[in-house]
Amino acid sequence: MTRASLSLKLAALAGLAFLHIPLLFIVLYAFTTEERSYAFPPPGYTLKWFVVVWERTDIWAAVGLSLRVATLATLIALVLGTLAAGGLARAKFFGREPISLLFVLPIALPGIVTGIALRQAFGLMEIPFSFWTIVLGHATFCIVVVYNNAVARLRRLSPSLIEASMDLGADAFQTFRLVVLPNVGTALLAGGMLAFALSFDEVIVTTFTAGQQSTLPIWMLSELIRPRQRPVTNVVAVLVIAVTFLPILAAYYLTREGEAVAGSGK
Amino acid sequence: MIPAILDTPAPHERTLRRLSDLLVRRHNLLVLILLVPPLLWLGMVYLGSLFVFLAQSIFSIDEFSGTIVREPTLATLAELFRPANFDILMRTVSIAAAVTVLCAIIGFPMAYYAARYAGPRAKAAFYLAVMMPLWSSYLVKIYGWKLLLAKEGAIGWIAGRLGLGPALEAWLALPLVGGPSLSVSYTGMVLVFTYLWLPFMILPMHAALERVPSSLIEAAGDLGASPGRTFRTIILPLALPGVVAGAIFTFSLTLGDYIVPQIIGTSALVLGQAVYTLQGTAGNIPLSAAFSLVPILVMALFLTLAKKMGAFDAL
Repeated sequence: MTRASLSLKLAALAGLAFLHIPLLFIVLYAFTTEERSYAFPPPGYTLKWFVVVWERTDIWAAVGLSLRVATLATLIALVLGTLAAGGLARAKFFGREPISLLFVLPIALPGIVTGIALRQAFGLMEIPFSFWTIVLGHATFCIVVVYNNAVARLRRLSPSLIEASMDLGADAFQTFRLVVLPNVGTALLAGGMLAFALSFDEVIVTTFTAGQQSTLPIWMLSELIRPRQRPVTNVVAVLVIAVTFLPILAAYYLTREGEAVAGSGK
Repeated sequence: MIPAILDTPAPHERTLRRLSDLLVRRHNLLVLILLVPPLLWLGMVYLGSLFVFLAQSIFSIDEFSGTIVREPTLATLAELFRPANFDILMRTVSIAAAVTVLCAIIGFPMAYYAARYAGPRAKAAFYLAVMMPLWSSYLVKIYGWKLLLAKEGAIGWIAGRLGLGPALEAWLALPLVGGPSLSVSYTGMVLVFTYLWLPFMILPMHAALERVPSSLIEAAGDLGASPGRTFRTIILPLALPGVVAGAIFTFSLTLGDYIVPQIIGTSALVLGQAVYTLQGTAGNIPLSAAFSLVPILVMALFLTLAKKMGAFDAL
């Protein structure tokens, strides 16, 4: 194989820097002593804002709501996304294409359309905004993440494994429990983590389905539009980076390992 | 039938076994049972609400009372072509196009390097390096750029240190792309959009480039093509479906966004903001629904074209 030219290497490196440097600045600003502006370089460094955030009850309430919504939305998405993947992975019937399009639609269409549509529907049916209206919206666009992960793994799962299990006398439920589930387990876990990260971070649909409640992204959005206490927002941003980093990393390793399942080579 | 089952020694296990046999034999029944719950959820919650909202684009609003007139009319859809509204559409599509082109230019060398030259370890690192920013918090990423683009922020400081301060000033003094500072200009908005959606462009491009057979490139070289010619006539055409697939994402995500223009951008509205203000303070749901139809139609058109080019194989 030939070597890459220097200009190509530089261009690729510059692209990577472009992707990562803004996140580094957020970490830097969490320690700044400057309160009123985004002055660079920061005039001094302090840990005091971490203490301030620790004592803020409104932030912790928002974090709590976000965590509860993300957990429930992920559970619903796991059930529905897995069912959908099981139904569509190997099926070949008329209408298969439109159905798979329907599962992708909630993230393919702009979030604002989904958000307003849900708000209109809630208004029409006189459903008051609550914890449940947020969960309903989040679960809808989380299904596709689980579905994508599960469907990819199910397609790699060799049908001969299932046939062998049946030939050896296992019934459909035993086969599901002993053969299918262990093979797709990590894909479901990865899909669940990505769904969790997606829900924890979602702001556009939530704006329309939350009413007066404040999830963490809603709190951040209001601070972004009208900054009240910039250093506090800086620290929260760093905490959000830390919280979303771990599930994404875990999801990556879960889908990377276990590519080689015995018999999966057809 | 039923009494016969109840008479057997282990009725519970028998029923399960029978159910299992039924599901194995009647495979379509199994598919149906699996698909009904997710279809019910998406059909009722999602398609239902979508229909309720978008269907209102054929209603109109009473100019005096501000209430919705529930009579089918094309007047609301025609309003989209009024100069003020049409400006919003053109502005949004231009921004989306600029973002897409920038993403392709920045992303291509990265995808190309990873697909053709990187070893297995570097490839894994590259994948992770693209996935991490893709999945990190949307608002936090915008916030990072607000810090960078602010008048007193890092970009201004670095430009000053490098002696590029006047160049930055000159750029900001330009009519369309400029503004009082980077954080209230189209330049800033396009930069932030490009940053946000770049991973969505890199991943499909990388997938398409990975699939270019190296034998084709060697053959082109053996037949006397210069590296530049091989790139133009072999690699680029084969990578194009990936670029189109990436463009689907960058284009549609920019069309629908209203948060970035609200935080970083000028006071001129883009499509997402128009939809937002129309349904909120203005209370004009029909026109807001009519605006929402635009990105959906543009994307439907885009997707049909992309399908013809085979862009979906690169996803």
